[in-house]
Amino acid sequence: MPKIVAFTIDGKKCQAAAGTLLVAAAVENGVYIPTLCNYPGIPPKGACRICTVRINGRLATACTTRVLPDMEVLAITPELEEFRASVVEILFAEGNHLCPSCEKSGSCELQALGYRYRMRAPRFPYAFPKRGVEAWHPKILKDHNRCILCKRCIRGIQNAQGKSLFAFGKRGDRLVINIDPETSRDASDDLVRLAVEMCPVGAILRKGQGFDVPIGRRKFDRMQIGSDISPQGGS
Amino acid sequence: MAQKKIIATASLAGCFGCHMSILDIDERILDLVELVEFNKSPITDIKSFTKECDIGLVEGGCCNDENVHTLIEFRRHCTILVALGECAIMGGLPSLRNEIPLAECLREAYIDGPGMSEANPAGIVPADPDIPRILDRIYPCHEVVKIDYSLPGCPPRADLIWEALVALVTGRELILPYDSFKYD
Repeated sequence: MPKIVAFTIDGKKCQAAAGTLLVAAAVENGVYIPTLCNYPGIPPKGACRICTVRINGRLATACTTRVLPDMEVLAITPELEEFRASVVEILFAEGNHLCPSCEKSGSCELQALGYRYRMRAPRFPYAFPKRGVEAWHPKILKDHNRCILCKRCIRGIQNAQGKSLFAFGKRGDRLVINIDPETSRDASDDLVRLAVEMCPVGAILRKGQGFDVPIGRRKFDRMQIGSDISPQGGS
Repeated sequence: MAQKKIIATASLAGCFGCHMSILDIDERILDLVELVEFNKSPITDIKSFTKECDIGLVEGGCCNDENVHTLIEFRRHCTILVALGECAIMGGLPSLRNEIPLAECLREAYIDGPGMSEANPAGIVPADPDIPRILDRIYPCHEVVKIDYSLPGCPPRADLIWEALVALVTGRELILPYDSFKYD
């Protein structure tokens, strides 16, 4: 039986098993800490910094930090929410995110965070980067315009032999996520479906299918992200 | 009764969907005409500003020099300028061409495109001074002039436009309801 530790989030008394990752511990206690690159069940990465909180006064990513006794966590403060909104705006400005033509629209977590922060226009200039669409793979379509490099697919999608379908290519601001042509060609439909679901944006899509959920019934059409964990998504 | 607020609207590199969404406020349009008067707008067909306006609603980004000219005119004549919809805010679907060099776009449209060898055997790319010159890329409105407010959506939901107009006309704080605040 793991040791139970007590800590606080925004003054609320919380409990979790020692060693639980803070975002998961927060969910167990009915507190939503916004996340984007994090995905339950796969190793955390701390890539997007959306989940940044103050722990005993210092900034840290809640997805990579494990709870310790008597931690004092600040999660939903004006300072941190403003910081998160700016990260969302950077991501929108840095890629080519054309929500009106995206199959993932309505179920996209980046978009849902934009809604959460009521982002009307990013404060940063649009980069309009030159990227491409890889449509030649038989089962998966990869739209690099929408990729936010969260690495969920690299961390979470392996075939039965444990081989990753996705890998990094290039470096720096030209970093891309490549698809392995062979493993993706032989991937099961379930694995492809999981890859599409795991991608927080519309960068990974299943070929031969799209817009299958009508507008109004998509994941975030009526439900603000995080509001299933805490009312109004903690804001 | 207080003086009616004056509104101007324009569609730049847009599809007129945002204007359709203005009309989609349904019977509230009867309340709207009590509150506001339209000046330069495709709705009134007034071609150029005949008075200074309180609110300008601009749909679409800038894809040619005529769009830029119109947008600057709007900035000059409107106290509050609102970017209406995704194209005005971020270029929208026309901005798909932003990663393609302009020469390549024109070549595809007028020379190499399907049927162009028959339709345009001389391979002429139109460059008449009467035709607006296409820009190197699509520019979101706020990259050309100062924009005071942005209303996202493709198109912005009628409820959102209504809320925003009422807030602007009456001076009350704008609430952005979750159900009508969308990017698609």
